[in-house]
Amino acid sequence: MGRIARTFDALKATGTPGLVTYVTAGDPDLARTAGILRSLDRAGADVLEVGVPFSDPLADGPVIQRATERALASGTTLRGVLDMVASVRADVKAPIVIFSYANPVLRFGAERFADQARDAGVDGVLILDLPIEEAEEFRGLLAARGIDTILLLSPTTTDLRLRKAAALGSGFLYAISRLGVTGARDAVADGAEEMVRRIRAVSSLPVALGFGISKPEHVREVGRWADAAVVGSALVNVIAEAGASNDLDRRVEEYVRWLKS
Amino acid sequence: MQTVKSGDAVNAVTNVNRPQFGRRDPDARGYFGAYGGRFVPETLVAPIEELEAGYFAARADAAFRAELDRLLTHYVGRPTPLYETSRLVGAALPEVRSPKPGVRIFLKREDLTHTGAHKINNALGQALLAKRMGKRRVVAETGAGQHGVASATACALLGLECRVYMGTEDMRRQALNVVRMQLLGATVHGVESGSRTLKDAINEAMRDWVANVADTYYLLGSALGPHPYPLMVREFQAVIGLEARRQILEQTGRLPDIVVACVGGGSNAMGIFDAFIEDEGVRLIGVEAGGEAIVSGRHAARFAGGSTGVLQGTRTFVLQDDAGNIEATHSISAGLDYAAVGPEHAWLREIGRTEYAYITDAEALDGFQALARNEGIIPALESSHAVAYAMRLARSAADGTTILVNLSGRGDKDVSSVTDALRATGGGQ
Repeated sequence: MGRIARTFDALKATGTPGLVTYVTAGDPDLARTAGILRSLDRAGADVLEVGVPFSDPLADGPVIQRATERALASGTTLRGVLDMVASVRADVKAPIVIFSYANPVLRFGAERFADQARDAGVDGVLILDLPIEEAEEFRGLLAARGIDTILLLSPTTTDLRLRKAAALGSGFLYAISRLGVTGARDAVADGAEEMVRRIRAVSSLPVALGFGISKPEHVREVGRWADAAVVGSALVNVIAEAGASNDLDRRVEEYVRWLKS
Repeated sequence: MQTVKSGDAVNAVTNVNRPQFGRRDPDARGYFGAYGGRFVPETLVAPIEELEAGYFAARADAAFRAELDRLLTHYVGRPTPLYETSRLVGAALPEVRSPKPGVRIFLKREDLTHTGAHKINNALGQALLAKRMGKRRVVAETGAGQHGVASATACALLGLECRVYMGTEDMRRQALNVVRMQLLGATVHGVESGSRTLKDAINEAMRDWVANVADTYYLLGSALGPHPYPLMVREFQAVIGLEARRQILEQTGRLPDIVVACVGGGSNAMGIFDAFIEDEGVRLIGVEAGGEAIVSGRHAARFAGGSTGVLQGTRTFVLQDDAGNIEATHSISAGLDYAAVGPEHAWLREIGRTEYAYITDAEALDGFQALARNEGIIPALESSHAVAYAMRLARSAADGTTILVNLSGRGDKDVSSVTDALRATGGGQ
């Protein structure tokens, strides 16, 4: 059993909703991302999503776009992200999921990426613009190395595709609760509960629900239906505000402890 | 030299100029060979499947095609003329003193369409489709502004709300078209991210579409993006080649030796190439933007400086760095200033059916001036790349060579850019 499955089993056993965190690797630079991942793990984040910056993040809103620009300006590449993950792997107990657009991975070479992701201790991979139909070969490469392929589901995903995702995904299913680009919102979308219900009807995989989550009450609300809540832009905002200051790690840790409170 | 059997010629001449649909489809997943596909976030998969089904139903519907034909004839002003240049070849060959060198250059006058560029052919087709699919709102991206103007026009005609995304760098250099879009009732939204050009406008249009899929139609302007856009845009533009093939047979009694078109995303080129794909003796040459030089960041010649990658929904040739990030591009023409090329071009090149060359900013300016002064036609800077390349071909072509150029748009929008560029180089007195 992989680290992701063990994590969700443990959450289920205790009946607590999990927290999946997203950060853009290399914002403000890779050394500090390593520190951020350690802080997130210490604060109790259950799954760490590590975003690979890409020049054209067309599914992301302004907060992650800006983080991407800072990460690229600090010279971050996929190669560097994998090295950074390898460097923290021994210190971090939470599973690590690489979150990327297709082109950096394809440029790196899909098979070479799968090899080096395994060597770095990556537990799962989510490629934002590689829908199920385009992902078959890549999924095989990852599975052969014990890496989960995390599939993303949206309110527009048809029941037919939900069933496909249930059959082909592993680790957990990442459901987005609203249409649109990434970004924190005041309230969790109305359709979130319905979204999770549709997924539960076809899959026994754990469900993490994201898009718009920024406060402890969102996490608790999502936890009533899903196995975990995903926090992205709001955390990236905390990192942006702390920037290069010395208390970056502390602020990240406090924010995640607050979310889990 | 290419000659046509008389039976074929008669056939081609009597063939009514209707767009033909479904003649050269990609595979079921939208691939032309190894290029194309559908690389989009999950939220867009269902809307794109809906679009694909809507498009296939529309193109099979005689009433839809008849309405498009009607608008192309009476609103756009089709067929556009095919005009044989009189003095351009002499300008290309100043040393030739004979009254008429054996080389002939013909221009397919897409600049004479309503709104002044080929973009209207596709914009009208897709706006009709949007309406047929029950969408009330259209989003579009634009580089040079011609697709934005065409989309705003089609939306005004059909009563659709229109929002156009445009990089602020392009808004500066194509200011005339910004005003035109606004006058036509569209909202122009400036895009400040990235290089503030076409690529960034597409990202922003897609973000809008992701957030508003239920009532919004994304009217993509070139033969780019996820399937079915490359197919659909090419089929709406194929009317250019259908007309041009018939017209050149009527005027010369044979097929051209070479067809030349500029290639940004590649819709005007696919539009004129399409009718000639099976005419194996006809060379099809796409002209990319060479910018200042084939140096990273200073050009937009994807085949000269790019490699295979995935950008904005499609697998094709892109300009990228070693880490897979998309490189900055440059061209004097906003419409060619883009990091990826339409996937069907990548495939046609791979199977050896098409060729690609590039023209620099300076050469494009020469082509622009040559056409203005020798023929009384002010071309778009994009189209000037094709004109300049045709002039280069004319210098070395065998006597009797016939060259067909797609003059994809007119140059009113470029007057201030050209004035600035000529002032900077001290030319154009």
